[in-house]
Amino acid sequence: MAQIEIENVRKVYPGGVEVIPDLSFDIAAGELCVLVGPSGCGKSTLLRMVAGLEPITGGEIRIAGRRVNELEPVERDISMVFQNYALYPHMSVYDNMAYGLRNRGEPKTTIDAAVRKAAKTLGLEDYLSRKPRQLSGGQRQRVAMGRAIVREPAAFLFDEPLSNLDAKLRVKTRVEIRDLQQRLGTTSIYVTHDQLEAMTLADQLVIMNAGRIEQAGPPLEIYERPASVFVGGFIGSPPMNFLPCFAGAGGVETATGQRLSGDSPAMGDVTAGVRPEDLTPDAAGPLPLHVRVVERLGATVHVHGVLEETETDLVASLPGSDAPNPGEVLRLAPNPGKLHYFSAETGRRLG
Amino acid sequence: MRAKRVTFRHRWLPYALIAPQIIITLVFFLWPASQAIYQSVLRQDAFGLRTEFVGMANFKRLFADPLYLESFWTTMAYSAMVAASGMLIALVLAVMADRVIRTATAYRTLLIWPYAVAPAVAGVLWWFLFNPTIGIAAYAMDMLGYDWNHYLDGGDAMALIVIAAAWRQVSYNFLFFLAGLQAIPRSLTEAAAIDGAGPVKRFWTIQLPLLSPTVFFLIVVNVVYAFFETFGVVHATTSGGPGNATNILVYKVWRDAFEGLNLGSSAAQSVILMVIVILLTAIQFRYIERRVEY
Repeated sequence: MAQIEIENVRKVYPGGVEVIPDLSFDIAAGELCVLVGPSGCGKSTLLRMVAGLEPITGGEIRIAGRRVNELEPVERDISMVFQNYALYPHMSVYDNMAYGLRNRGEPKTTIDAAVRKAAKTLGLEDYLSRKPRQLSGGQRQRVAMGRAIVREPAAFLFDEPLSNLDAKLRVKTRVEIRDLQQRLGTTSIYVTHDQLEAMTLADQLVIMNAGRIEQAGPPLEIYERPASVFVGGFIGSPPMNFLPCFAGAGGVETATGQRLSGDSPAMGDVTAGVRPEDLTPDAAGPLPLHVRVVERLGATVHVHGVLEETETDLVASLPGSDAPNPGEVLRLAPNPGKLHYFSAETGRRLG
Repeated sequence: MRAKRVTFRHRWLPYALIAPQIIITLVFFLWPASQAIYQSVLRQDAFGLRTEFVGMANFKRLFADPLYLESFWTTMAYSAMVAASGMLIALVLAVMADRVIRTATAYRTLLIWPYAVAPAVAGVLWWFLFNPTIGIAAYAMDMLGYDWNHYLDGGDAMALIVIAAAWRQVSYNFLFFLAGLQAIPRSLTEAAAIDGAGPVKRFWTIQLPLLSPTVFFLIVVNVVYAFFETFGVVHATTSGGPGNATNILVYKVWRDAFEGLNLGSSAAQSVILMVIVILLTAIQFRYIERRVEY
């Protein structure tokens, strides 16, 4: 059990490209922290700096209270699962898992016990003598996990470990990773660009954009109170709807003069955000939706369309029973208390 | 998978297209090769006035000739040394170049240059450097107390042709090693670093095993090179001497034919060399793709 602290970390690549200007956050012992963001936001770079694969330009990273900036990867007591698994192709599954222990000079019996234990945990006992190329994608992924857990490190680092699996296996493996992490209680950092993985796995979710933290916190809190337009649009599927609005003394009105709400968060131009599932059909609602596409998912229906007299796209997620048809106009109202307001200039949350 | 069939409008066109290759093979390989086989069963006097059929006598005499067997072992030792030194130096250079990120292309270009030098020119170059009277390398060794003279010392002469032959081959090997090293995914070495392997251990346990197909390929190529393509190097530096210290098989073929005028024996020697090159090529084709598996 180890705490990971990241303090004022900065990363500039040779050539002057600043990927991470200044970043700080802590991960409590035993917690699974997910770093999520679009590609190029610096999440993988941050993970590689924690792993020791990338030099740290400024600031300090501490694992279990120990400054690791100058330490070699092996001295940091971490293990990492790579996106392409990085299994040693010329070694058997057994040797792949034993490699790290052998390098540490552990006695043969200890290594054997540890490898067999990890193999049992992951259901790999029958494959120990196989080479990686004789395994399926899911099995390779588990060998990569096995190599990570066999050394019992202070922290696991995951670099998009599921992105090479098909959709079904991804869901299954996601559950397995979470289960394993909870049983072992090992502090973990998990990098992904998939918001669903992020929401389902995280104890703490860190949303990154252009090398900065947009918002950090428990996933549900972020879902309920997104700190910016970026976070609102990134977390949740389908993403949050945004409407340009004007806030005056009499309340908030849409661009076409429909009153959304009686109280104003601020004065002037604001962006109102409402999640698709927080919209309800209402004959007197302020949002007339010109329906274009209807996606029936069984339990729910996603209604895509454009607000009448504007070019604002809108998605509503409705119960499966009441689906409109394309071409109809459906009047919607936001559920009370489910409107989010953001500054029209900075995109930050108001109130 | 079904083979792609291309239909030509004229029946002669496909034959015309492969004709140049066929003609080159006929004129420069099949014709001389058959001549060599024919000559190898004949005995001819030095002026070509009388020729008689002797069957396998030329071959029998070769295998009983201590000079030929000596040349055979000299060639084995020579090609082993050329392949080993050329590959080791190339591997060290490739590992170092693989670490360099900035100006990598410049290093690579510089290291490839020697390959563009013809073997005979390379031989002359090293001959000048190591010439006991005027050579700067010989002078430097003299300062260090070593009396270098490849005209008198067989060991020195062997070292000279190994250096001259391997020098050129370093470039070629370097290219293959570098490409092989760069084909190994970075994440493998990173994973090994996290698994606690230092740079040296990573090289021995990860990079070298993954490079083994390249190593095998280069062994075959280098041995073939040392066996058959270094005539120019030997001719320009030691001329097979002193004595027979550097009289390798290809050089002996030439010497026996054009200096000794023993055409039958020389032809028999070329036939043996041909068998060796066919064997080496067969090994290369048979195992190169199979050995790739790890």
